Amino acid sequence: MNWITNVVRPRIQRVFKKKDTPDNLWRKCPACNEMIFHRDLEAALNVCPHCDHHMRLGTAARLASLFDDGQYQTVTVAGVPLDPLKFRDQKKYPDRLKEARSKTGRDEAITVAHGPLDGVETIISIQDFAFMGGSLGMAAGEAIIKSAEIAIEKKAPFILFTAAGGARMQEGILSLMQMPRTTVAVEMLREAGIPYIVVLTDPTTGGVLASYAMLGDIQISEPGALIGFSGRRVIEQTIREKLPDDFQKAEFQLDHGMIDMIVHRHKLKDTLARTIRILMHKPKLGTPSTLPARTASR
Amino acid sequence: MHTYLDFEKPIAELEGKVQELRLLAHEDPSVSITDEVAKLEQKAAQLLQDTYSSLTPWQKLQVARHPRRPHFVDYVERLVEDFTPLAGDRLFGEDAAIMGGLGRFRGRSVVVIGHEKGSDTQSRMKHNFGLARPEGYRKAIRLMDLAERFGIPVVTLVDTQGAYPGSDSEERGVAEAIARSTDRCLSLKVPLVSVIIGEGGSGGAVALACGNRILMLEHSVYSVISPEGAASILWRDSAKAKDAATAMKITAQNLHQLGVIDRVLPEPIGGAHRERHQMIKEAGDGIEEELRGLEKLDGATLKRLRREKFLAMGRVGVV
Repeated sequence: MNWITNVVRPRIQRVFKKKDTPDNLWRKCPACNEMIFHRDLEAALNVCPHCDHHMRLGTAARLASLFDDGQYQTVTVAGVPLDPLKFRDQKKYPDRLKEARSKTGRDEAITVAHGPLDGVETIISIQDFAFMGGSLGMAAGEAIIKSAEIAIEKKAPFILFTAAGGARMQEGILSLMQMPRTTVAVEMLREAGIPYIVVLTDPTTGGVLASYAMLGDIQISEPGALIGFSGRRVIEQTIREKLPDDFQKAEFQLDHGMIDMIVHRHKLKDTLARTIRILMHKPKLGTPSTLPARTASR
Repeated sequence: MHTYLDFEKPIAELEGKVQELRLLAHEDPSVSITDEVAKLEQKAAQLLQDTYSSLTPWQKLQVARHPRRPHFVDYVERLVEDFTPLAGDRLFGEDAAIMGGLGRFRGRSVVVIGHEKGSDTQSRMKHNFGLARPEGYRKAIRLMDLAERFGIPVVTLVDTQGAYPGSDSEERGVAEAIARSTDRCLSLKVPLVSVIIGEGGSGGAVALACGNRILMLEHSVYSVISPEGAASILWRDSAKAKDAATAMKITAQNLHQLGVIDRVLPEPIGGAHRERHQMIKEAGDGIEEELRGLEKLDGATLKRLRREKFLAMGRVGVV
């Protein structure tokens, strides 16, 4: 040990370490295996610039990409009983929740936000697969009911981005009851004449698909999203056949008449804005007819 | 021939002995066995009562799936006069996993809809073990439309492991069919009484189970996923199904406590399969009582109360 190994070398290493590439600077596209620089991927909203593969997008990035100038407010959803079943599998349910909260920085699977979308006040709620598989529990059910309530109150359209493996098993029957509860929310929207648009993202399956996710006035999906009721493995065991790769993909659902359209993430805002404006009888943004009306009201 | 469940072995032995003795006495009338038989019978009855008063959730699941448990057709046969089955969804086909039709129930017109599992190999195949395809749910929607149009109350009998997990089911949108059926239950402007008579399995059950009043037979179960399924997903070990059955709180008693169902209908000692007629009659009494209460209400109120009931779930009544 001498002066050089003890003092000089660590300093040199420190200088070089700073320049070291963090391991997450580049991401590999799972579809085409191309390497993508993280800033490019972010700028492209997690769509592969090489093959257009849509990777999952976090809640914050999603909301920012939709609201005008990325400006929105989140809505607090009423609390629900914690772990009413005192559920424990390999871990305690409250521990799983804690983990999910620290991993995602979110309270629950669904975030409710409102703000202007192409100038129209809109409620957008995002179900985040990163939070316990997006699973539909009491809190998520409450978030959807809340979304519907404020949409009705503000007479604003409601856009819901779905992503979930299904019901949250740790809440047992109370998670199953979110299917009828969220269906009531959809019925309330329908009766109030509020547009309810569902954007199915990867993956949307199980009880979530069999309730609010299939009840939209307009059903949109992102390309390649997995959309299905039963799990692939279960179906294969039932029919004793291997299923084709495209089974239960968005394209499969479009072919089978279950969704209205598949929209590229980069065109999603335009499509949503256009649809909402038509459903809400609002003129095209920037068309002369809107301008006199606005000045007149001032 | 009685089918005994695994946990009923000691009961089976006692009842077997009684039968043996009877046979013996029949062959040789000089042997007096009356005392012995009475004693054994009493012992068997006691054991049956003890066993059934403290069934574990896993055992209840076995009872709910008992092959001799009364099914939809048995209830309809004894409770519904002039039953007129109606078939088809008018869109694709007929699905016998969900049956339904018009009839008279204790003096009033009703529409009855329910899952039918079948009771022997042939009928099980025909009814696909009560695993419904989209057509079954779309037929249910059609029948609920019909009921509403003519102001007829609806009774649903729920008994399924879940919707059929096949590729054809997926291709024809089983998720959408379930969602719409749930939706139809919840918007209905006529009384809707739902009874879980056996298994309430996941979304495939919910689609028919959103009544103004939800009743469950004492040993029936209702869960978000089958205990076997939960075990393989959460424990990654399907052998943990017993633990999953307990942890998920699937029994009628659990659900009543959680405020998810309104009423538990007691079963005869030893389960519904032992005294089928008695069970069916008592279920009928329960349904009639509930209908009587609901028939006084107008359509808008029925719909509003049903919705409020579901919106309140989990907000109140949960410890």
